[in-house]
Amino acid sequence: MTRPLSAPLDVGFDYTRSLGPTLGRFLSDLRRRRVTGIRGSDGRVHVPPLEYDPVTAERLHEFVDVAATGVVRGWSWIPEPLEGQPLDRPFAWALIQLDGADTSLLHAVDAGSPEEISTGARVRVRWRGERVGAITDIECFELSDEPAEEPAEAEDVTMVTTPVTLHYTHSASPTEDPFLRGLMEGRLLGQRCPSCEKVYFPPRPACPTDGVPTTEQVELADHGTITTFCVVNVPFLGQRIPPPYVSAYVLLDGADIPFLHLLLGVAPEDVRMGMRVEAVWKPREEWGPTMQNIDHFRPSGEPDAPFDSYSQHL
Amino acid sequence: MRDIAVVGFAQTPCVRETDGTTNGVEMLVPIFHEVLGGLGLTKTDIGFWCSGSSDYLAGRAFSFVSAVDAIGAFPPIAESHVEMDAAWALYEAWVKLLCGEVDTALVYGFGKSSAGQLRRVMAMQLDPYLVTPLWPDTLGLAGIQARMGIENGLWDERAMAAVAAQSRRNALSNPLAQLSGEVDADDLLELPYVVDPLRRHDCAPITDGAATVVLAAGDRARELCERPAWITGFEHRTDSPSFGTRDLTTSPSAVAAGKAAGADGVQVAELHAPFTHQEILLRQALGLGDDVTVNPSGGVLAGNPMFSAGLARIGEAARRIHDGTASKVLGHATSGPLLQQNLVCVMEGRE
Repeated sequence: MTRPLSAPLDVGFDYTRSLGPTLGRFLSDLRRRRVTGIRGSDGRVHVPPLEYDPVTAERLHEFVDVAATGVVRGWSWIPEPLEGQPLDRPFAWALIQLDGADTSLLHAVDAGSPEEISTGARVRVRWRGERVGAITDIECFELSDEPAEEPAEAEDVTMVTTPVTLHYTHSASPTEDPFLRGLMEGRLLGQRCPSCEKVYFPPRPACPTDGVPTTEQVELADHGTITTFCVVNVPFLGQRIPPPYVSAYVLLDGADIPFLHLLLGVAPEDVRMGMRVEAVWKPREEWGPTMQNIDHFRPSGEPDAPFDSYSQHL
Repeated sequence: MRDIAVVGFAQTPCVRETDGTTNGVEMLVPIFHEVLGGLGLTKTDIGFWCSGSSDYLAGRAFSFVSAVDAIGAFPPIAESHVEMDAAWALYEAWVKLLCGEVDTALVYGFGKSSAGQLRRVMAMQLDPYLVTPLWPDTLGLAGIQARMGIENGLWDERAMAAVAAQSRRNALSNPLAQLSGEVDADDLLELPYVVDPLRRHDCAPITDGAATVVLAAGDRARELCERPAWITGFEHRTDSPSFGTRDLTTSPSAVAAGKAAGADGVQVAELHAPFTHQEILLRQALGLGDDVTVNPSGGVLAGNPMFSAGLARIGEAARRIHDGTASKVLGHATSGPLLQQNLVCVMEGRE
């Protein structure tokens, strides 16, 4: 059997967070090429600063200036950096205890090769030229006995934005696969549950009622009945057509589960439950493994279906 | 307190990549049938369902809701989910049974790690303000911890390789393992570093898989299972998420959880240690002597299905009670970076 269809799926989001007084102070200071720690209940200076003591859970208040130089306390070597990491050439991850701090900060060290770095090595911050108030204002650390660049003036920050991008290979299920391949040929293929005999369109990996994979393929016509609908009046990001328009649940003849699609060719005030509709396909050359091959549904002109014919499919 | 026992366990083969979807349904359907069929139960006999999985691993929102399709949730079921290893879902179910609300629970975890880039996905569990923006990867962080232990004389690269070799050897008896075989620790040391000081064998493989455990209380457990694995201690503890604050060569939360759960005197321990040095660290933290059989299944170094590997440790340990080969066992699960959170489940057989 051929493997189910799969496709790259890239997800991304700019997480935007408010910082509060402790992290706000720390990141504002990084912007000024300064490093600030906080004194814990036991007198230890934490860098990065913690909002609450890790042992007593007390709120911490006493900020302490520490140096932008320090010592490597532990490290590992990354020969092939991954996307988003501080350096795009081989580097060391290190826990670095800054001078004046009692705890360690995680960052990258631009050491050249694993032979150059060792636990106990002296390092200093390499500051980024354009600083925004983020941990990445520290471009990385570098092996050096010398002090880091002098502090500079900068405005406070109260927010931090962290772009997150992740890459996946999304696979269709063994039941979705023939459905998607069918769409490429303009066919609508559902699946029947062997237990309750309901026909799912689109098919699902398992019948949600019986928990068993659907097995029997059922080809469906491209017309059906509107079971319910709504009139969309609200604009939103990515909307394809200007509101108002109608989103309708379409129950294909022979299927048991309706699906959501677009209804055009009728004024919103004339749409009704039970209205008979037919698919309007895009030109064949635009077809792919997607329900978007059906551009929209439109009234077929047949008499309305009686309520009893779809009352169990709402 | 009610007596509660693990009465059933099933898991999928541990494999590098499955064809299935990230909502786990294809992996879950067969193991639900296996575990329920083995106990002579159907879905309507289960009082509570609880799962562990991660949307970041799946790359889609509410993947655990799609997973419920595998149950066939009609008539409606009582169900919950944790965005953690399913060992913590087992804890939730155990509490539910302790409260007397239900007599049976089925717990499951699933994950298709191969769908994304696991080393990057795991950065999402770190401090989102100061750590995730650097995209530290799991191997990079574990490498720092391993080196700290090496330089403090707590373990060395040979001891780490010996853990890997023992895992592969133990996994020879586990048909569901991903990695197994006779390997020599000295040969392993000839291999290059992946992330210095870690070699490939020091790191658990990337694994797709799922596991399920059934709990039952009192007489119900005795009806369902000839030799139930009675839970005599179930505890979880956590250390600070700020790992620069912690002594990474030990795990106070593992020590505390082991002590509270009563780890003394166990004959078999299944440890959730995704890196070889972490198995050594956990043996020390849990006070497991040389007389304790550790990871007879091969452990997660032989197959590490994310979000079910911890639950599977408890299931594997319980199986040694079920088959009569041990009378007191321990299952351990970890979550968070560098053994930050640790859970210990101690189980005993009764004559």
